[in-house]
Amino acid sequence: MASHGIKDQVAIVGMGCTSFGEHWDKSLDDLIIEASEKATKSAGIETDLIDAYWFGTSQSAASGIALATPLRLSGKPVTRVENYCATGSESLRQACYAVASGAYDSAMALGAEKVKDSGYQGLNAFPIPTDGTNRTLTAAAMFSLIIPAYAKRYGVDEDELRYVIARIAQKNHFNGSRNELAQFRREISAEKICEMPSIAGCLSVMDCAGVADGAAAAIVVRAEDAHKYTDKPLYVKALSVVAGDSSGLVDPDFDFTTLPECAVAAEDAYMQAGIKEPRKELAMAEVHDCFTPTEMILMEDLGFCEKGTAWQEVLDGSFDIDGEIPVNTDGGLKAFGHPVGASGLRMFYETWLQLRGEAPADRSISLEQSQQALVHNLGGYPGEMVSFVGIVGAELS
Amino acid sequence: MGVHGIISYGAYIPRGSLLRSSIVEFTGKGSNKGSRSVASYDENTTTMGVEAARNALKGSESNPKKLWFSTVVPAYMDKTNATNIHSALQLDDFVEAVDFGNSTRSAMGALSNALESDDSTLVVTADLRTGPSGGTEESSGGDASTALLIGTDKQGVLLAEYLGGVAITSDFTDRWRVPGSSYSQVWEERFGEQAYKPLVDRAWSEALKKLDIKTEDISVALVSGLHSRAVARSIPSLDVDISNDLTDQIGNTGAAHPSLLLANFLDQAKPNEIVALIVLADGCDVLFFRTTQEVENRRNSFPVSEQIENQSPVPYSKYLSWRGLLDSQLPNRPSPTRPSSSAAMRRNDWKMGFVASKDATTGIVHMPPSRIGIKGGEVDDMEHLPMADSIGTIETFTVDNLVYSPNSPVVFAVVNFEDGGRLPVELTDTDPEKIEIGDRVEMTFRCLYTADGIHNYFWKARPIRREREKS
Repeated sequence: MASHGIKDQVAIVGMGCTSFGEHWDKSLDDLIIEASEKATKSAGIETDLIDAYWFGTSQSAASGIALATPLRLSGKPVTRVENYCATGSESLRQACYAVASGAYDSAMALGAEKVKDSGYQGLNAFPIPTDGTNRTLTAAAMFSLIIPAYAKRYGVDEDELRYVIARIAQKNHFNGSRNELAQFRREISAEKICEMPSIAGCLSVMDCAGVADGAAAAIVVRAEDAHKYTDKPLYVKALSVVAGDSSGLVDPDFDFTTLPECAVAAEDAYMQAGIKEPRKELAMAEVHDCFTPTEMILMEDLGFCEKGTAWQEVLDGSFDIDGEIPVNTDGGLKAFGHPVGASGLRMFYETWLQLRGEAPADRSISLEQSQQALVHNLGGYPGEMVSFVGIVGAELS
Repeated sequence: MGVHGIISYGAYIPRGSLLRSSIVEFTGKGSNKGSRSVASYDENTTTMGVEAARNALKGSESNPKKLWFSTVVPAYMDKTNATNIHSALQLDDFVEAVDFGNSTRSAMGALSNALESDDSTLVVTADLRTGPSGGTEESSGGDASTALLIGTDKQGVLLAEYLGGVAITSDFTDRWRVPGSSYSQVWEERFGEQAYKPLVDRAWSEALKKLDIKTEDISVALVSGLHSRAVARSIPSLDVDISNDLTDQIGNTGAAHPSLLLANFLDQAKPNEIVALIVLADGCDVLFFRTTQEVENRRNSFPVSEQIENQSPVPYSKYLSWRGLLDSQLPNRPSPTRPSSSAAMRRNDWKMGFVASKDATTGIVHMPPSRIGIKGGEVDDMEHLPMADSIGTIETFTVDNLVYSPNSPVVFAVVNFEDGGRLPVELTDTDPEKIEIGDRVEMTFRCLYTADGIHNYFWKARPIRREREKS
C-alpha cells in the first residue's frame, strides 16, 4: 500500500480559462467552447487529436455527453467527474493518470459551471432524496464555525480575527483587481469589510467567494512529448485527493480549527513531489479561499506556517503578492469568482501564467527561489470534506 | 382489575407567550389583560404531544399498552398522528396508537374511556388555537399539550384514583369549524351561555348523587370550556372552590385544557383531596378523582406553573408569521424538498426517536447511527443508544442569515453530549444573542419544515429550560 504519485511523467501543455462572472449572455455550452478553444489554441492541437476527455461539473450537467455535444467530439471517451467544489482539479487528476498509465497520448480536463441560471443567491446543492435529518446550513455558516473555535483554541480575540480575515479578502481583491478575467476587480480595505453586516457568524458577504459562471481547461500529454506542443510546459509533480469520512461531525474531539483532509492531502503531495520545506520550495500557492477563515487555517494545514500563527502571518503580509509565499495571486475564489466545476482548473491556470512568466507585470511573482507552485482545492465543509493538493513545476527534476 | 387512576402526568406549554396588549397595539381591538401561549413555528400538535408525553413518562416506571392522541388540529388526516408520537417515544410495536379527533370533546372521550380500560393507556392531547386577527378566538386561545398515563393500581403506583363520573350529551351549534378552516366560528355568546348552564347543573347533581359525594368533601373543581361566559355562569351553583383556570396566563388551550388543569392541580395537590373535573363541550362531563399518598412523591418534575414562568414574549408579527397569517420575506434560497418516506422509514429510530449507535468495541457514539465506527472495528458492531434525554454542551455555534427557514436566522450549534457523541444541530426556542459556547442544551422533537404536505420531523436542541433536579 503506497501513494507513489506520477512525478514528472505528465505535463500540461495548454490551458484556457474564460472570464468568471455573471454571464447572463452565455450558456454552459458557450463557456465550454470558449475554454476548450483557448486551451487547444495554446497547445496548438485540435480537439479531434486529443484522445480522451474528463469533464468536471458539479451541478450544471450530467454525463460526458454534456461535453461531447457542444464540442462535437465524435467517438471519444468522455467522462463526467464530480467531487464537490474539488471537481475541477479532480478532472485534471483523472486526465493525468490516464496519460501516465499509457492508455492515451493526450487528454483534456475541462471544468465548467453555470450557476447563475438558478435564480437563487449563493450555491445550492442539488436535492438528493434523504430521510430529512441532514443538516441544511449554508456553506458560509459552516465555515464561520472556524472563527470562534480558533479564537478559543489559540486565545486570539474574535475581533482581531475579524480583522485578520478581512485582511485576507483585501489581499485577494488587491490581486483580483489586477486580473482581467476576475469577477471582482475592485480593491477594498479590510477596515471597510469589518464594517459590513454579518450574514453568517461573523462573516460578511465580502468574506465569501464570488458566485460565478465560468470554465477552464487543461491539455496534458506525456512529459517526454511536452516540447512538441510548447516551449514552457508545466510538469505535474504531485496529485493528491483525500475524501474525509465526515468524522469531524461525529467525533467530539474535532475542534474546527483545522481541516484534517487538507493536511493529509498536503503531506501526501509533498511526499510525491519530494518537498520538505514547502514555504521555501514553493514559489506560490493557489488555495481554496471559499471563505476567508478557510484561507487562514489552510496556511497552517498546508504547512506554510506553524499552528496558531497563521493569523499573525496574515497581518505580517507573508502571503501577499510580494510576501514570502504569495497566495492566490489571481484573486482566489474571493475575487476571481467560484464556478464550482471550473475553480480547480482555474487555479492551475494561474500557476500556468506565473510559472511561465506570463502573468501581468503588476501581479507577477518572483521565480528566483523556486519554480514550483501548489494548488489546493476543496469541497464540502469543515468536518466533512474532499481535499485536493497538486504541485506543478516549470522544470523536470 | 383493580382501581383505575392516574399513574403519571405531564404537560407542555410552549415557550412563546403573546401579550394580549401587543394584539391591541396592532389591531386596536380586544383586551390588554394577560397573555396567551404560542407554539413556535416548528411546532404542531404532534410535536407538542411528544413533549408532554416525554414529560409524563419521565416520571414513571410503567409503560403504556395504548397511546391515544386527541387533537382538534391534526398534523395529518388519514395518516395516524399517534404513530408519530409512538415512534418519537420509542414505544413497543405492540402498543396500539390511535387518534381521537375533530372536536375538543374527543379529548374527554379518550380520557374517560382510558379510565375504564383494562390496559394502561397514555392519553395525549394537544391543541393549537388561532382566530381572525384582533378577535376573541385569537386572543383567548392558547397552545399546549398534556399526557396522562392512565391505568390500574396493578399496572403502576397511582397518584390519583378515579372515582367515577357522568357525561351528558347535548346537540346544539354554538361553536363550529368546517374541515380545512384554521379556526372556529361562534354563535351569539348568550345562546351558548344559556344552553350550557342547565347541562352543567344536571350533570353536577347527577354525578354527586351517583358517586355519593358531598360538595363539602370536594377540595376543588376544575372547570373547563371554550365558552368562557358559560363557564363563569355555571360556576356559582356548583357550590365548591374553583381553581385558577390559567386562561389569563396562557389562554384556553381547547382540547388540552381540561387535562392541563388536572396536571396543574396534581402539581400542588395534597394526599386525599377530591377534585372534580367539569368540562363544557357539546354537553357536560364530570369526572372525580381522589389523590393518593403518592401524589407528593410522584409529582412531575417540571410543573405547569414553572413552564409558564419559563415563557418568553413573542411579538405579534412573529405569531402571525408562525401561523401563516402573515407572508414574510424568506431568504432567496430554494425551499426544502420533501423527505423520502422510504429513507425515513429505514431510519425511523434515528429520525423520530433520536436513537444513536454506540460502537460496542470503542464505545464511541455515532450520530447519525453508523454501521462502521469512526475509529474502525467490526461492521455492525453497534448497539442502539437512545439520546433524546441526553444533555449536550455547545462546542461552537453560528448564526445563519442566509439559509432557508420559516424563522430566519437559523442558530446552529455543534453539540457534544454527556452520554458521548457529537451532533451539529439546529437550535430552537432561543435568542441568538444569548447563546454562548459552553451553554447546556436538551433535545426537543420538532417539525423542521413541511414540503408537499409531508412534515419533516426531527430533533433540535434548545437551551435547558432549567437545571434538572439532582437524582
